[in-house]
Amino acid sequence: MTKTGQPVIALIGNPNTGKSTLFNILTGLKQKIGNYPGVTVEKHLGQLQLDDLEVQLIDLPGTYSLSAQSPDEMVVIDVLRGAIDDIGKPDLILIVIDASNLRRNLYLVSQLLELGQPVVVALNMMDLAVENGIHIDVDQLAQELGVPVVPIVASSGEGIDNLKKVLRQSLEKKAIPSLNLLPEIKQAAIKLATKLRREGIEIPSYELERALIDEEGYAEHRLAESHDNPVLEQIRQLRKKLSHGPSLSVQDARTRYGWINRLVDTIEVDEPETAKKSLTEYIDQFVSHPVYGSIFFLLLMAIVFQSVFAWATPLMDWMDHITTTAGKWLEAHLPPGALTSLLVDGVIAGVGSVIIFLPQILILFAFIIFLEDSGYMARAAFMMDRPMRAVGLSGRSFIPMLSSFACAVPGIMATRTISDPRDRLATMLAAPFMTCSARLPVYALLIAAFVPQKTWFWGLINLQGLVLLALYLLGILGGVTTALLLKRSVLKGPTPTFLMEMPPYRLPSLRSVLLKLWERAQIFLRRAGTVIFTVAILIWALAYFPHPVSIHNQFEQQRVEIQRQGNVVETRITELNNQEAAAYLEQSFLGRIGKAIAPVFKPLGWDWKVSAAVVASFPAREVVIAVLGTIYAVGSDVDEEDSSLITRIKSSTWPDGTTIFTVPMAIGLMIFYAFCLQCAATVAIIRRETGTWTIPLLSWLYMTSLGYIGALLVYQIWS
Amino acid sequence: MKQIKDSFTLDRLGAGKKAFVRGFTAEGPVMQRLMQLGVLEGSEVEIIRAAPGGDPIEIRVMGYCLSLRKAEAQMIQVEVIG
Repeated sequence: MTKTGQPVIALIGNPNTGKSTLFNILTGLKQKIGNYPGVTVEKHLGQLQLDDLEVQLIDLPGTYSLSAQSPDEMVVIDVLRGAIDDIGKPDLILIVIDASNLRRNLYLVSQLLELGQPVVVALNMMDLAVENGIHIDVDQLAQELGVPVVPIVASSGEGIDNLKKVLRQSLEKKAIPSLNLLPEIKQAAIKLATKLRREGIEIPSYELERALIDEEGYAEHRLAESHDNPVLEQIRQLRKKLSHGPSLSVQDARTRYGWINRLVDTIEVDEPETAKKSLTEYIDQFVSHPVYGSIFFLLLMAIVFQSVFAWATPLMDWMDHITTTAGKWLEAHLPPGALTSLLVDGVIAGVGSVIIFLPQILILFAFIIFLEDSGYMARAAFMMDRPMRAVGLSGRSFIPMLSSFACAVPGIMATRTISDPRDRLATMLAAPFMTCSARLPVYALLIAAFVPQKTWFWGLINLQGLVLLALYLLGILGGVTTALLLKRSVLKGPTPTFLMEMPPYRLPSLRSVLLKLWERAQIFLRRAGTVIFTVAILIWALAYFPHPVSIHNQFEQQRVEIQRQGNVVETRITELNNQEAAAYLEQSFLGRIGKAIAPVFKPLGWDWKVSAAVVASFPAREVVIAVLGTIYAVGSDVDEEDSSLITRIKSSTWPDGTTIFTVPMAIGLMIFYAFCLQCAATVAIIRRETGTWTIPLLSWLYMTSLGYIGALLVYQIWS
Repeated sequence: MKQIKDSFTLDRLGAGKKAFVRGFTAEGPVMQRLMQLGVLEGSEVEIIRAAPGGDPIEIRVMGYCLSLRKAEAQMIQVEVIG
């Protein structure tokens, strides 16, 4: 029950049982996503209406058993026990099981029935079971389990009303199931808990039971961390006493499957196995084929990327147009001054430059969610496992890495599917190296300016494209090397397992895809609304203040001069305005920082203007274009194909007349952008996912140093 | 009656082959996880395919499909069903 007295239902189940589909159906858009303290598991809460009763529903991460091997898996036990502060102990456990895969699903059921809490079983995918020739005696199953069993088809909504009715009844009845498959172990755990309590150590007996059974598991690990060794020693002794031959974990698994096999034999009637192949088998013959499957995979990735860039461009242009128009409108209708500048140049331009990536992120996530829900993702991980292992990771790291090509933020969020903590961290730190869409405008500008338009093979291959490809490969190389180094040194450890279910293919429901997409959009927008917002204002303030009146007066004089001459030349006025903006920027704090820091970047061939632009783009790398635009005084409203900006930066010189933007300097600058972690959103998301500032800060230092050294080497050796 | 032929570890079985699980060569969390997933003494397993490069492999057990690496399959002792 929650603190306010609202009943709580915990939703649990194996992965791929349609659990999140059911959660979405039951709660609709009334969902809240948060994080459990100290772990990287997302906390999904939703409101479920049972007639007049409003219930809080918690969606727990998919799990095959209650034997936790990591802090993330332990969350399930903690929630069920009511050990998470702000949730409260569940009044009822709703477990979703896959009717077409009854035996493995019943394993978790057998563990839940022993918790001493009311349980309701939702028997999902009844349609698939019937299709596979499996007939289940639902009434008999309910009788054997001693809890209500409700057949449903979550994807079509069948049986949901009935499920709600049963949930409502069960919340009132509070009937506790009475399964006890390993009474000797449970008894021993209870006795130990009582004994410890007398000694002043409060440990729930279920946690002791898990520690007893799951040798080397997380429950044991946590006891070792938080209590004195005597507790651990007692667990070990007890374990030795209880195991008559095989270890407790073996006894546990054997006993449960023994019970399951006897149970299933009484309630399930399989039709005599027909020679008919399932649809999944047909699809897999092609899709998981070593040769055709690999080709299919490459094609699919090509289509995904093509779409992310091709489909997103019009949307991004449109969003860009809206933010620019909004900015211009405000500028025209508000009195000039610091506040208007804050709104237009700080808030709208700053946040707008990040929001603009929303289309790409959404399109990429639409693909990822579709591939995941359809069952293909497991096949992709299966195929990519060996190549990914070459760099010390597993097939599961592939999708997060791939997502990072659009944006490292969703990529890092996607590392949640990696069960091994070391692998997850290595992937998280390698992901920001992938060429994200924010790097693209920077590359586009510099390539357009400094790489000649040479083509070969009737225009099929061109030099500019090759340079872009090289930059992509450089990012991959950086990420892969980082992962490899990490896994060989600080993140060294036993190779994690690759035990992964290959779920049958199914067509994801549009509703479910859209809901998940909405979730991702919210997380991204919230990020843009907080961190990016703050940082945008900070950079604006640095670039705006102190804003002395003397500059205004000086330019105003010239403007008046021109107007007095009578022949008002619009372009001349614009030029003056731009020069004024540049003069302001030069004496602003940002300009001063640029000048102060310029000696550091001098060996890279950068002057104070480039240095200031790079400094300003640390919160969001694509900002560099806008800042360069202002500094080079063509007005801050420029985009990468603005030839005037290209012309300006090309013709800018050092005081002695030599060109600043030489080819080695530009290549160095691109390499700097390829490596450097200039993204507040990424730093913030790493902080959120790891729960510490140390890792994002180390990552930032490492990537920035790498960018600096790369640019330095290229510039010094080449020129 | 199906005939039991040889004793092997699972990684040595080719695609399409079926076997009964007989035991494990090593204890620990990996074995526990395998058992909880239905790979335990007496279970029938069938090798479905291997990924490009021969590793990992996909097996069918308890009516569903599971992928595992050869290193994990090496821990599983099986008797081939002829």
